[in-house]
Amino acid sequence: MSAVPAIHEREAVSLFQADIVRRALLDSLIKLDPRVQIRNPVMFVVEIGALITTIAWLIQLGGGKPLGGGNEPAWFTFTVSIWLWLTVVFANIAEAFAEGRGRAQASTLRAMRKETIVTLRDGSTKPASELTRGDVVVVESGEMIPGDGTVIEGIATVDESAITGESAPVIRESGGDRSAVTGGTRVTSDRIVVEITQQPGHSFLDRMIALVEGAERRKTPNEIALGILLAALTLVFVIVVAALRPFGLFADTAISETTLIALLVALIPTTIGALLSAIGIAGMDRLVRRNVLALSGRAVEASGDIDVLLLDKTGTITLGNRQASEFIPMPGVPEAELAEAAQLASLADETPEGRSIVVLAKTYGIREHDMASIHAEFVPFTAQTRMSGVDLNGQQLRKGAGDAIIAFAEQEEGGHAPPELQVELDRIGREGGTPLAVARDSQILGVIYLKDTIKEGMRERFDHLRAMGIRTVMVTGDNRLTAAKIAEEAGVDDFLAEATPEAKLALIREQQQDGRMVAMTGDGTNDAPALAQADVGVAMNTGTQAAREAGNMVDLDSNPTKLIEIVEVGKQLLITRGALTTFSIANDVAKYFAILPAVFVATYAASPGGKGPLHVLNIMDLGTPQSAIVSAVIFNAIVIPMLIPIALRGVSYRPIGASALLRRNLWIYGLGGIIAPFIGIKLIDLIIHNLLGG
Amino acid sequence: MTLQGWVQIVVFFAIIVAITPVLGGYMARVYTGQHVFLARVLGPFERGIYRVIRADVRREQDWKAYAASVMLFSLAGWLLMYLILRTQTLHPFNPEGFHSAPWNVTFNTVTSFLTNTNWQYYGGETTMSYFSQMAGLTVQNFVSAAVGICVAVALIRGIIGRNGKGLGNFWQDLVRTVLYVLLPIAVLGALVLVSQGAIQTLGHYLSFTGPTGLEGHMAVGPVASQEVIKNLGTNGGGFFNTNGAHPFENPNGLTNIFEILLVFCIPASLTATYGRMVGSRRQGWALFAAMTVMFVVGVAVLYAAEVHGTPAQHAAGLHTQVYSGSTGGNMEGKEQRFGIAGSALFNTVTTDTSTGAVNAAFDSLTGLGGAVPMANLATGEVIFGGVGSGLYVMLLYVLLAVFIGGLMVGRTPEMLGKKIEAREIKLASLGILITPLTALISTALAIADHAGRVSIFNKGPQGFSETFYAYLSQSNNNGSAFAGYTGFIQPNAGNVGSHGITFADLLGGFDLAFARYAPILFVLAVAGSLAGKRVSPAGLGTMRTDNPTFVVLLIGVIILVGALTFFPALLVGPIVQSLTGHLY
Repeated sequence: MSAVPAIHEREAVSLFQADIVRRALLDSLIKLDPRVQIRNPVMFVVEIGALITTIAWLIQLGGGKPLGGGNEPAWFTFTVSIWLWLTVVFANIAEAFAEGRGRAQASTLRAMRKETIVTLRDGSTKPASELTRGDVVVVESGEMIPGDGTVIEGIATVDESAITGESAPVIRESGGDRSAVTGGTRVTSDRIVVEITQQPGHSFLDRMIALVEGAERRKTPNEIALGILLAALTLVFVIVVAALRPFGLFADTAISETTLIALLVALIPTTIGALLSAIGIAGMDRLVRRNVLALSGRAVEASGDIDVLLLDKTGTITLGNRQASEFIPMPGVPEAELAEAAQLASLADETPEGRSIVVLAKTYGIREHDMASIHAEFVPFTAQTRMSGVDLNGQQLRKGAGDAIIAFAEQEEGGHAPPELQVELDRIGREGGTPLAVARDSQILGVIYLKDTIKEGMRERFDHLRAMGIRTVMVTGDNRLTAAKIAEEAGVDDFLAEATPEAKLALIREQQQDGRMVAMTGDGTNDAPALAQADVGVAMNTGTQAAREAGNMVDLDSNPTKLIEIVEVGKQLLITRGALTTFSIANDVAKYFAILPAVFVATYAASPGGKGPLHVLNIMDLGTPQSAIVSAVIFNAIVIPMLIPIALRGVSYRPIGASALLRRNLWIYGLGGIIAPFIGIKLIDLIIHNLLGG
Repeated sequence: MTLQGWVQIVVFFAIIVAITPVLGGYMARVYTGQHVFLARVLGPFERGIYRVIRADVRREQDWKAYAASVMLFSLAGWLLMYLILRTQTLHPFNPEGFHSAPWNVTFNTVTSFLTNTNWQYYGGETTMSYFSQMAGLTVQNFVSAAVGICVAVALIRGIIGRNGKGLGNFWQDLVRTVLYVLLPIAVLGALVLVSQGAIQTLGHYLSFTGPTGLEGHMAVGPVASQEVIKNLGTNGGGFFNTNGAHPFENPNGLTNIFEILLVFCIPASLTATYGRMVGSRRQGWALFAAMTVMFVVGVAVLYAAEVHGTPAQHAAGLHTQVYSGSTGGNMEGKEQRFGIAGSALFNTVTTDTSTGAVNAAFDSLTGLGGAVPMANLATGEVIFGGVGSGLYVMLLYVLLAVFIGGLMVGRTPEMLGKKIEAREIKLASLGILITPLTALISTALAIADHAGRVSIFNKGPQGFSETFYAYLSQSNNNGSAFAGYTGFIQPNAGNVGSHGITFADLLGGFDLAFARYAPILFVLAVAGSLAGKRVSPAGLGTMRTDNPTFVVLLIGVIILVGALTFFPALLVGPIVQSLTGHLY
């Protein structure tokens, strides 16, 4: 019995590989180009602020007064300016890191895209890069398959480890559901003829490279909505800070441009603004590491919303072949006798069912017989007799369909079927199993119960999906009774019996009509319409080309319950964005308490030069007004690189229900977001203040 | 603080809790076209009105048509009322022969009443004819309130709409609101007020000789009829300049409670209407709970701050024996017959809602006490809020909270099953942020500009508070004032020779209109955008919007938006003032 394929995770590229770091640092400077920054309104505002403070510093260097009033020293303006530039650089580094990890994966993939000369079926040759849809190529053992296509002739083993990471070669053959081959994989035995199904430059491999590099990255709907919210918040703070100048003047307090900009940058959601695109890129990267290729970020995000998952029964929930699970003797027949007869009748039966009977018989302590010593003559299965068996020692042992065995027993004198037989045959049929009757000459010994066997570990996987709020629906061609039985055993929530491709499509449409998001996993050509209709269609890599093109994700491991990991990545994407947004906004409370008392320290002071009433709001007891402002700006900047690991790894998701999850994240990122900067700013102030000699 | 004070507050709120499901359920029936008992009597009137205004109320309007009707109705109302107020010399029922106020003050007043604000630069009994009070102000008190409720109902219909884009019919909603909700309560309420001593007359002002032998005039008028709708419609514009502190408007302790029951009853009940219309009463109670928490904190702080007394009292060493540390409370600017609890309760209620009626002088509140009305306004008037406007702004906050919370549970955020996407976030953010930003920008302009500074009476933080409060109140369509800030100079008892301060009148008027109608348009656009959306059934992974966690999140979002926007302004106003013993 094979278990559910292990979810296999590619090695994460280490965050601190020297070449990635070097490249990221370089990129972070290149990305200072305003034309790049304008795409991110939050960071664009920071960059403009950095520019203005730099000018203010230069003016002060030249002996001028601080821009906008106040009497802060030049070092203050310089320090703020430097940290504002660093804020932008840190944001760029975050993005560059995420891209760098993808790029490292892409380069290994790109190595597979070697230029080769291929032989077409008509004998002519052509460079692999010029192959177009419809070309037919011949690939011999040891050669690389030059492009995506369908096997139209032959059967071969193919090493797909380069894209799937799975080292065991897989079989690819013409016709059926295992006909798709991927460019860049290698034929390890035999010879196949492949019809190319891709246009030049649009192969699976090309798309995969583009995806992990983030080249094709478009903002997803939730990302756009969040971007709007962040832009709105930025606008609010621009106005709040702009209004502070007249507010200050009314209270006889001059506030410099540098201080206002420092406050503005501290308030606008730079933390999430800086990490937003890194979160998106890293999410895609995490998916690729789980061996899933999503054709758009939109699909990944949609997977977090999945309500219903449709699964094919055969090959997905069950192993796809029937296995003996029980021997049911007729009255008066010992169970061991039936087991032995069944085993003998199956010894030559090489079908999976036959082998499973032998395996089951072993559990009755029946040893394997030595074929040669018992002078057995095997009777193979034919469509006419509908039974098989063995003749030995003058006895005829047969197993087969119930009516065929009854007929066999009754043709001999005295042979008759006990009434219990029909009862058992009917019961097993009703339960969704397949009964095989066993006879020794005219005596019917009993029945073998063949069951469709459910893969191990499926129930746990479905429970997990249910905890995530996803209903599983099994789709099968079986009749209702059989389907109900298997559905119950496997632990799926619902099933669709006697399903045709049209019925599958109708079911998806019906669910969508009710507002549910539907995911579907499938591999066959007849799954293609349903895969296309589903909101998230995960095609198995072992499937046909049609299925792979219809879906919006391909699972390279061909594991139907991979959806759990896909959904997790989708949810993590949103959670990470939401959590860091909350954190970013919650931080503002502390920043107000750092900067505003510093700004208004002397306002309405009883004596000139003394401290005004608002200095009591300096609850963090920060050293000087200047060190307070600088500390807030530094905290605001360094929190970005400190959160890069969370942005890249994603905030963990646990299927504990939405309310519990919300509470948990509100505690950590909401309350934590309020408290953390109080501590951080105080610590930075301690260092700065002491550095400056108190 | 006294037990009697707290009992008053608790009893008041218990009555509101009891009214909410009853009136809310009734309104849900009105707006879903179900039969209500009043239809037997008022049905013919309703249909008659449709015939007269030629409204085809069977046709559903999409958000644009609904918005167009709102704007058309408001524009027509504005022009009519401006005409009325500017032609006072021609009026019947003008026994004192008042002239019209100048154009700039009238611009401000008309806009103010159109927008359910009732900011009053004018003094009612010294400038307004009875005809202006009745045909101008009182009519708008009814219909501006009705417009707010209509927009809220349209938003609810958008949230529950499953097919098509229809949000109902504005004209039908308007007529039904006035006929079935506002008028019946107003008629009964006015009778209650009259029974307690509020007056209702069209006669001349009375002359009297005071105890010192001085001749005096006593202003009278059709007060009760305006007083009731002033509160019921969360309008707040008093017949008299002293508003709810005047004994003819608010005669005794009973009317004091009765009037704020009128204020709270519709905004509170609308949460239940919402719950019923969306098919889950818990949803309504969740909003009610969020509002309640913020209300209770406000009233407790205001009560405690006023009982604690002023810095001047402490400086003078006034201490009572009853409570240690208490000076016997700050009674400056308060009516003896209401006391500190009655004043704290009344003014918390009227600043939570966009009523703005007052029964005490805010200018005389302690620093911290004065911060409560200000903080209430800073929440964007969602603590029960204005009739309709409280609910629709609250629902925009719900959208925002659902978005942030929804991301944190890892699903595309959904509001009652409808996905919240870029368009809704854009509209909701704008709808929420317009009001605070208008207030901030206007305050900055008003204190920076010389033309603006002439309106400010006091110096220092008190002057700042007055200005800030004026624009905060007008932007939030509240109408209460910190006093001291003026847009109208009136040299005599009559209004001959009076003139307005154009800067304050126009800036305020612009704020009133912009911060009322822009959010309304965004709200209706959100409603239109939600109306056509498919509803996803709720599952385990869906964030609930009817449990305590969400209530906390919602309050957090409201307070954070308010605090982050207004913290600097509060700092240089009430906070600096409450941190110093210096008197401004």
